[in-house]
Amino acid sequence: MDNSFFVDSGALSPEALERKHRLETDPSSRISHLEYLPGMEIIQSDTCKNVMNHVGSYDYSSFTAKDVLRALEKDVCTVEDFKALLSPAAEPFIEKMAQRAREETSRHFGNSVYIFTPLYIANYCENYCVYCGFNCYNNIRRMKLSYEQIENEMKVISSSGMEEILILTGESRGKSGVEYIGEACKLARKYFRLVGLEIYPVNTDEYEYLHKCGADYVTVFQETYDVDKYETLHLYGHKRVWPYRFDSQERALMGGMRGVGFSALLGLSDFRKDALATGLHVYYLQRKYPHAEMSLSCPRLRPIINNDKITPLDVHEKQLCQILCAYRIFLPFAGITVSSRESARFRNGIVKIAATKVSAGVSTGIGDHESKYTGKKCSGTEGDEQFEINDSRSLNEMYGDIAAGGLQPVLNDYLYV
Amino acid sequence: MSNDKFVIGGHEFDSRFILGSGKYSLSLIEAAVKYAGAQIITLAVRRANTKEKENILDYIPEGITLLPNTSGARNAEEAVRIARLARELGCGDFVKIEIMRDSKYLLPDNQQTVKATEILANEGFVVMPYMYPDLNTARDLVSAGAAAVMPLASPIGSNRGLATKDFIRILIDEIDLPIIVDAGIGAPSQACEAMEMGAAAIMANTALATAGNLPLMAGAFRKAIEAGREGYLSGLGRVLTRGAEASDPLTGFLRD
Repeated sequence: MDNSFFVDSGALSPEALERKHRLETDPSSRISHLEYLPGMEIIQSDTCKNVMNHVGSYDYSSFTAKDVLRALEKDVCTVEDFKALLSPAAEPFIEKMAQRAREETSRHFGNSVYIFTPLYIANYCENYCVYCGFNCYNNIRRMKLSYEQIENEMKVISSSGMEEILILTGESRGKSGVEYIGEACKLARKYFRLVGLEIYPVNTDEYEYLHKCGADYVTVFQETYDVDKYETLHLYGHKRVWPYRFDSQERALMGGMRGVGFSALLGLSDFRKDALATGLHVYYLQRKYPHAEMSLSCPRLRPIINNDKITPLDVHEKQLCQILCAYRIFLPFAGITVSSRESARFRNGIVKIAATKVSAGVSTGIGDHESKYTGKKCSGTEGDEQFEINDSRSLNEMYGDIAAGGLQPVLNDYLYV
Repeated sequence: MSNDKFVIGGHEFDSRFILGSGKYSLSLIEAAVKYAGAQIITLAVRRANTKEKENILDYIPEGITLLPNTSGARNAEEAVRIARLARELGCGDFVKIEIMRDSKYLLPDNQQTVKATEILANEGFVVMPYMYPDLNTARDLVSAGAAAVMPLASPIGSNRGLATKDFIRILIDEIDLPIIVDAGIGAPSQACEAMEMGAAAIMANTALATAGNLPLMAGAFRKAIEAGREGYLSGLGRVLTRGAEASDPLTGFLRD
């Protein structure tokens, strides 16, 4: 396995280090990544089978320029067309794809670009995912905000004019339980019009509870749809259970959420197959839940604290743009979010083609919005960041840049009903 | 022509062009209204549900009738809640019901639309339901108290024109309420054609939002709608389907 992800911290006890090394080197020391843990709900769904059948047989080298051009000429993009658009054969047609993507974006979303900000309320994590800054073996400052601190952060963000918030936690049921997250949602409803969640996967009844607390959108990153690769990257913790994670969005919809978000973390495995799987995950769930709102993100790997060697490998900006255009042409109705992992230059360009939502005023640390937004001195107790961001524009800067690009920045287009 | 009023829910309008306000920059609304000569503008209640920054309500010129829509509603109950909120926000009594149970094509749910129409009409709203052109549903909407019926011409945002022409014509012939063609009208010529058929008004949004020059397109639509209306009122000349008309009548041999 590529061990550029493995970093040993001097703060770990010899026993902990030994456990860590065993997990890294001895597959038999890890739990099964395909078996549900006690308490994990199993739902009856054929979505996974439908998606993975295509992914398993996807040979992107078999597609030709002719296939790509045919796909671009059609009114409706089929699954086979989508495969062609994701193939290397489509790379020379990136401008044509962008033109078509822009038409679709404009037809479905006009010139609107939505702006939101993430709020990390805790960075404790019970998993060892080797590429993530929050992983339980990474030596970072951990923190969980109190309700008072959460409210304070929300007030600071809200006073900047932001109306949509995405609440995030590290994946620790123990430290950040469902009730804790639910209370955070209730607080968020006081200050924001729209509340989204990006937390560890939970059961249907828990999604239902969180929906009642005010959340209406749930995003879960599958990280990679390559099950074997997933096993080698998520070595410890409940996140290891791949199929439970796969069905998260469906459970969220069953729990009454209005919309769900999907993503693979590009760079972990074969990005073309991961992009195909992500698109098909949306496609099949939309057919099953036609009322639901669907969105996609397309994060690439970023360096983390204590490991600056992590990069998105072969997913360069051109490939990322190709994927986003293919998503847009195949799924014209889906929202597409481009996060602050990408540069301001890339984000300014892609909102004119395919993206419909961007983050602004971003911090991936815990409890540091006041210092970042107002310049107030840090208390020194803030929690460390999940990854390094690339675009640090404030809401006002982002708002101005979107408008200057001839687009319409939108802070809210949503009602909780 | 000045006495040719467009009457809806007891309110009179001179313009038969209902303007959408989504999908383009708020700063263009004023120019769009002016060039379109529009007196009614739709707005999504969910867009108006915003804090101080860039509230769409601040961009709508004085004297324009607001037609709040219930976009985002997935069933009758949600549409009713959104309509009531619109009233609370001071958007008046007009409401355009939009209920979509499909996020891909955004096709209206006729059954739920009838249900919401009945509830809101009973609450005194001037209800204008967006619907898939189906005669039975349209009759149900009349019974439920709708003030107009708004059939789609083709999928929303598609600019594909009168794909449902034959069915809209049936509604125009059979329903004693204004038929307002909504969704899919992509060019002034298509708006004109719908008006010639006897549609009472046209609603357009994407056609303008995606035009190269929005105010100019708004003006083009205004003229097309007026031309279509006049064509309808004047009684269109007959169209010969094949050949020319025989100068000697076929029944010329008949004797008294």
